[in-house]
Amino acid sequence: MSEVLKLDGLAKSFAVGKRLFGGPRGMVHAVRPVDLVVQQGETLGIVGESGCGKSTLARMLVGLLPATSGRIEINGAPLDNADPSEFGKKIQYVFQDPISSLNPRKTIRQIMDAPLKRLHHIDRATRTQRISEIFASVNLREEFLDRYPHEFSGGQAQRIGIARALAAEAKILILDEPVSALDVSVQAQVLNLLADLKVRLGLTYLFISHDLAVVEAVSDRVAVLYFGSVVEVGPAEQVFAAPRHPYTRLLAQSAPVVGRPLSAPEGRESELPDPLNPPQGCAFKARCPKASEICGREVPPLAPVGGTDHLAACHHPL
Amino acid sequence: MSQFLTLLLRNRLAAAGGVVLLIVLALALLTPVLPLANPDATDTANRFQPVLSAGHLLGTDHLGRDQLSRLLWGTRLSLAVGIAAAVFAASIGAAIGIIAGYFGGRTDNLIMRGVDMLMAFPYILLALAIVAALGPGLVNALIAVAAVNVPFFARNIRGVTVGLAHKEFIDAARLAGLGHTRIIFSEILPNVVPVIVIAMSTTIGWMILETAGLSFLGLGSQPPQADLGSMLGEARGALITHPLTSVVPGAMILVIVMGINLLGDGVRDALDPRLRSGALARPMAATRVARRAPVPQNEDAGAVLALQGLETQFHVKDRVYKAVGGVSLQVKPGECLGLIGESGSGKSVTALSVMGLVASPPGVITAGAARYDGADLIGAPYETLRHLRGNRIAYIFQDPQATLHPLYRVGDQLVEAIRSHRPLSKSEAWARAVELLKQVRIPNPESRATSFPHEMSGGMRQRVGIAMAMANNPDVIIADEPTTALDVTVQAQILSLLNELRRERGLAIVFITHDFGVVAQLCDRVAVMYAGRIVEQGPTEAVLAAPAHPYTRRLIACVPELGEGRRKLEAIPGLPPAVDRLDPGCAFAPRCLKAQAVCKQGDIALAEEGARVVRCLFPETDIRLEQSV
Repeated sequence: MSEVLKLDGLAKSFAVGKRLFGGPRGMVHAVRPVDLVVQQGETLGIVGESGCGKSTLARMLVGLLPATSGRIEINGAPLDNADPSEFGKKIQYVFQDPISSLNPRKTIRQIMDAPLKRLHHIDRATRTQRISEIFASVNLREEFLDRYPHEFSGGQAQRIGIARALAAEAKILILDEPVSALDVSVQAQVLNLLADLKVRLGLTYLFISHDLAVVEAVSDRVAVLYFGSVVEVGPAEQVFAAPRHPYTRLLAQSAPVVGRPLSAPEGRESELPDPLNPPQGCAFKARCPKASEICGREVPPLAPVGGTDHLAACHHPL
Repeated sequence: MSQFLTLLLRNRLAAAGGVVLLIVLALALLTPVLPLANPDATDTANRFQPVLSAGHLLGTDHLGRDQLSRLLWGTRLSLAVGIAAAVFAASIGAAIGIIAGYFGGRTDNLIMRGVDMLMAFPYILLALAIVAALGPGLVNALIAVAAVNVPFFARNIRGVTVGLAHKEFIDAARLAGLGHTRIIFSEILPNVVPVIVIAMSTTIGWMILETAGLSFLGLGSQPPQADLGSMLGEARGALITHPLTSVVPGAMILVIVMGINLLGDGVRDALDPRLRSGALARPMAATRVARRAPVPQNEDAGAVLALQGLETQFHVKDRVYKAVGGVSLQVKPGECLGLIGESGSGKSVTALSVMGLVASPPGVITAGAARYDGADLIGAPYETLRHLRGNRIAYIFQDPQATLHPLYRVGDQLVEAIRSHRPLSKSEAWARAVELLKQVRIPNPESRATSFPHEMSGGMRQRVGIAMAMANNPDVIIADEPTTALDVTVQAQILSLLNELRRERGLAIVFITHDFGVVAQLCDRVAVMYAGRIVEQGPTEAVLAAPAHPYTRRLIACVPELGEGRRKLEAIPGLPPAVDRLDPGCAFAPRCLKAQAVCKQGDIALAEEGARVVRCLFPETDIRLEQSV
């Protein structure tokens, strides 16, 4: 195993209340410095609730957003985020909304052609052949190539999105909520296709979702994001079964599970912290039953808890 | 394209405008070959000849020049200048708008402030200033008219581009290695062209008028060259004595501009996707009812809400979408019924049909009954429905952001909901609104009542949505995916809140969802829908533990469940059927592993045994056996 993707202190802040002249009114730290390593052939799941920074993180990884600080290494070489066409060959992205990620005024063939032409400069005949190969691998019929995006169902459109990402021949795919917009029966088809492609093509996935059960079903390791920081990372089978961070436990208990009686696992008044006015110390302390004086003072570092591959950022791990 | 033409021609006025315009255009194009007199040949002896005089069909002007010839040559020139100005203004304006909208930030700010400055001048002053600087002449008038209209296009196109620039397909193009120029030309431009065409079609008439205006003032075409504006200007001196010389060019301007505007409005209506999808058609106050069969007899006396064989269809042109194909279900007071299904299965349409909230056109209720306390609501007078809506039967929708009015404080919206059904004073209703917010556990309800919806989080907004549904102590709440848009931790809070409310008040809840976990935790009974029909119904625990319909079993199997670790999921191959071409027999048969020839042969009835119901010839579980155990 080798490290194919390494994030070193990657962070992103957005200016709020921009003015024509002078500085902004405030800064929102959407992603606080994040260190993560993804191994060759691995699926790293990233879960978190809305506003936790998971999509911002994903967009930084593919160069759609410049990072405020920190660096990204792919196969040991630092990535220069100036040129998206260089990014495109190393790392690709599958979007959440399959329909809106396809240009409504282009045929599927034109959409599939773009990465082959612009990233790999392949001639026309070879492109046609490559597209047929890729379409066969994602179980799409070639007759679809001359149709327009609105003619497809969500599941088919998401397969086209995956096919486009495969055409770039990147070995790392960032999957940003790839099945959230799909119905459950179609969701399983797409997840199985992704699992199959990974083995056949030797891909590495970063799988982002808010659905804990889906993440658990597809991931080798899972990282839990809260308020822009990784609060827990560990093997998929352990993170939700035996969470070490109180937030992970709250998430796991909130997910509706057949056979578990209905209960609100936390007080009703709890609200997410205000990004414009972030709390001191641990961001979760206001919702945490184990919060103590040190939690209000120091941000807990991500540290190993019981075993080297399970880490949690908590002063009082469970 | 053919669809566009059909839509355009269906609009009578636009078609008439188009015909008039075509005739004028044809005349203008043919002018050089028509046997006309020289438009500039003066003959002062024969000045101000009347209509139909010898050799002068439309008479002559103050210099004795042939009016017909001058009119056609003038029209030709005016049209050419107007169209050229429109093309210039559209190209330059669109380029500015696309650049500002695509790059955003400071570029956008600087460009658009410049455009604002241009717009701040009264247009005629600006045009006069430009012509004054460049000198009179038709070409300079054209430049002035184009320049004056650039801001209109720039602002329009910028707005559209800003929306497009943040679409995911632009990001995807960037990842496919396209640079900014390529993205603008191959991704943005094709999506902006329809907007440019619409804007042009509605402004071209205006530009012809403006050019005529400048010529009228003597700043456009120079004598003896004729255009419509200069003809009017020269005829001005004889307006009272010889009105004909003014009427001829004036009528032509009227005809051209009217024709262009009628056609332009038609083009806009036919091209604009929002108008095409029927945004201009106001839905009726209640869904149209056209029952083909007699109303079914009231059967279940204990139920507070009972649907009997409800059928709702959408009639779009010559297609009939059977969204709901005969749904029967009941809820008792204090009971929670889960209605589960995938998108397009008809679960939301079922819920909306109850209160006649399906938009008509195209929705039509074609059979069945929906009984509240025994009284049929389908086809009930609008006053009865209005009295019951939000009063006895209330809805909670998926997206509270979309259902709350963004411009009113949540307290005021609650007050409105209360006062539309009860004669309370404003202050009493406000107190009740605060009380409701407290009941849905919103912290600090007094101050929260004065918040606007955008100031609240998604979870808080959905609590307001629930408070609004509870405002008049209803008997039934129909909740359509109320927690789908929420995070899991918030969802857990909302579900337990709903559960408490129904236990405390004996509320009946119809809970629509696609999530088995939610159904298992909240609902007493569950009904599974597929392609507009209920395929299985029964007590939640029994259905989830031993699903009888193959669809239910496989739908449960393909949902990953937390705590089962990494594994392969059992997908259902294929797609749900389109409800406008349903084959006879079981709708699930094409995707079913157990399907046999008999499954596709005729209607399959619901088999009922005790509390459980299944619509399958070869059920997974024999519900009769289960009941006897």
